[in-house]
Amino acid sequence: MSNIGSYEERYKDFTWSVAEKELEFQPGKPLNIGWYCSDRICARGKGDKTALVWESASGAAKTYTYHDVRRLSNTFAVFLQGLGLKPQDRICLFMDKIPELYIGLLGIFKMGGIAQPLFSAFGDESLFVRLDNAQTSAVITQKKHAPKVRKILDKLPNLKHIIIVDHDGKAPLKDRDVAFSLEKADPVETFDAYPSEAETPSLLHYTSGTTGQPKGVKHVHYSLISQYMTARWVLDIRDDDIYWCTADPGWVTGTSYGIIAPWSLGVTQCVMDAGFSAEAWYKFIEKHRITNWYSAPTAIRSLMKAGDEIVKKFDLSSLRQLASVGEPLNPEAVIWSERVFGKAFLDTYFQTETGSIMITNYPDMKIKPGSMGKPFPGIRATVLDPKTYEPYAETGKIGLIGIRPGWPAMMRTYWNNEETYRKKFQNGWYMTGDRASIDKEGYFWFVGRDDDIINTGGHLVSPFEVESALLEHPAIAESAVVSKPDPINMEVVKAFVTLKPGFTPSADLDLEIMNFIRKKLSPLAMPQEITFSDALPKTRSGKIMRRILKAKEWGEEIGDTSTLEND
Amino acid sequence: MADELKDIVLKYVTAEYLEDGADPLAYDTPLISGGIVDSFSMVSLKRFLENKYKISIPDDQATPEAFDTVDKIAILVRRFTQA
Repeated sequence: MSNIGSYEERYKDFTWSVAEKELEFQPGKPLNIGWYCSDRICARGKGDKTALVWESASGAAKTYTYHDVRRLSNTFAVFLQGLGLKPQDRICLFMDKIPELYIGLLGIFKMGGIAQPLFSAFGDESLFVRLDNAQTSAVITQKKHAPKVRKILDKLPNLKHIIIVDHDGKAPLKDRDVAFSLEKADPVETFDAYPSEAETPSLLHYTSGTTGQPKGVKHVHYSLISQYMTARWVLDIRDDDIYWCTADPGWVTGTSYGIIAPWSLGVTQCVMDAGFSAEAWYKFIEKHRITNWYSAPTAIRSLMKAGDEIVKKFDLSSLRQLASVGEPLNPEAVIWSERVFGKAFLDTYFQTETGSIMITNYPDMKIKPGSMGKPFPGIRATVLDPKTYEPYAETGKIGLIGIRPGWPAMMRTYWNNEETYRKKFQNGWYMTGDRASIDKEGYFWFVGRDDDIINTGGHLVSPFEVESALLEHPAIAESAVVSKPDPINMEVVKAFVTLKPGFTPSADLDLEIMNFIRKKLSPLAMPQEITFSDALPKTRSGKIMRRILKAKEWGEEIGDTSTLEND
Repeated sequence: MADELKDIVLKYVTAEYLEDGADPLAYDTPLISGGIVDSFSMVSLKRFLENKYKISIPDDQATPEAFDTVDKIAILVRRFTQA
């Protein structure tokens, strides 16, 4: 029997007090995620239990008990305080998936700071807009990523410290650099965690928007309640499980379900800081006897591409529960996983803004391959008429996914952008920006985005951000960016550009532009294909019509072209 | 023994993908599984090889395994340049 048991029974009369009670949280009392994920587990007699098993691509390995995590997160907190950092200061984690990232997050929570995890592959421009918007006080990073921070340092007057966690003394520290070694620092046995309350801000995750710069999604410590509960009931995590979440904590899944949820449950989790390789992944599962595996459709499709034969080389019998997140999981992947692993991946759906799983499949509920599943207990989700924002009375109609606000992990605002936050609500519903339908049995079926945002490999990319960056290339006069279908990543970035006089299209220029965006923004934002055009389709008022370009890429009807400039 | 093709690829990967201060690459350093070149960036590496050697590498042969080291990339490129 799974943790959730009967979905229907749990959904009836559910309140979040179920999770509050399990976590022994009393409304009005302090709630600090850092404490819950370490001190509380130790206080329950599990201090000697393994909290983290970490391996790197080079074969380095480290293991930490909950006592270690408690002590080392205390050490981190004391160090940050010693630098003069205060509660509510924004402290960025800009690192690969190394132990300092995981333990550092708890350390920031414990001293009351607001953690700002950022994907370590971000280029300097992506990094700058996010640090500038958050007015970040410190960046915790590795020596190999520090140059990207130093490059933009002059434009960031609020940034007081660049904390290097692996400084080896070979090169001197530079302006605002400070070295901190978690292994060499004096361990701090006891530390009084900052008495944050349920609504105290904990985390800022940046997400892309259709227009404008990325938005800082503000979460609070109370998010723990629904992150914990969803991990228990959807990921079906139990005390003796070995859990592996493949997501990077630079993104919401990596913090909600790669740090907070598993450690609040006191489970042993494994982390592999390495690139993708089917053989390495299967070997990792076999070696650590992984029981619960939370991954992404792109990775699952890559494993499918690697074939069935390779699976037979490994003993994967430890696997008990598989789940997927980031983009819709295609039916073929569900059926394939059932065939080769004997378990179907459960598709789960949530967003940076929702903080925890909203609509999902459940361990003991019938799976309809390709379906998103049903709303989590305590979540009221529906499909809205795009004109009236009223729920459709009939099933099967495609509309906008709306969710009634009020669950614990819901964002509280966009940082310094209350106006955009307010626009996310219509008729009392939080508008996800995603389209879906609901069938007669209440299962949701994802259709697509309601805007131009590109979901590539489970990560959102703003076409606006890429277009703006393209215009900074000396050869480019105009740019338009759309999604293009891709068998592995679902969508990839495609750019259309016109060139300035004196420049001509060539294979070398194509590659130069790709690398320009990769370094400036990130590999995710790099156009996988560039089309050089003489002109881009525009309205008579001069606005580039992305819609037409996108429709052509997807083989869809172009639709109304009455406003086209040269129609 | 010096190998011009491998040296060109090694130099390009070092210049384009290796972070400052990282350990130098060798012909057998894992690039993809080692996290030096991610799956998205692999597309630009493939494009470089295609431009440089005037070849076309089919997507089904541009796998993470085939791109995982400079040694393996050289084998892949030679298969197409000698075809």
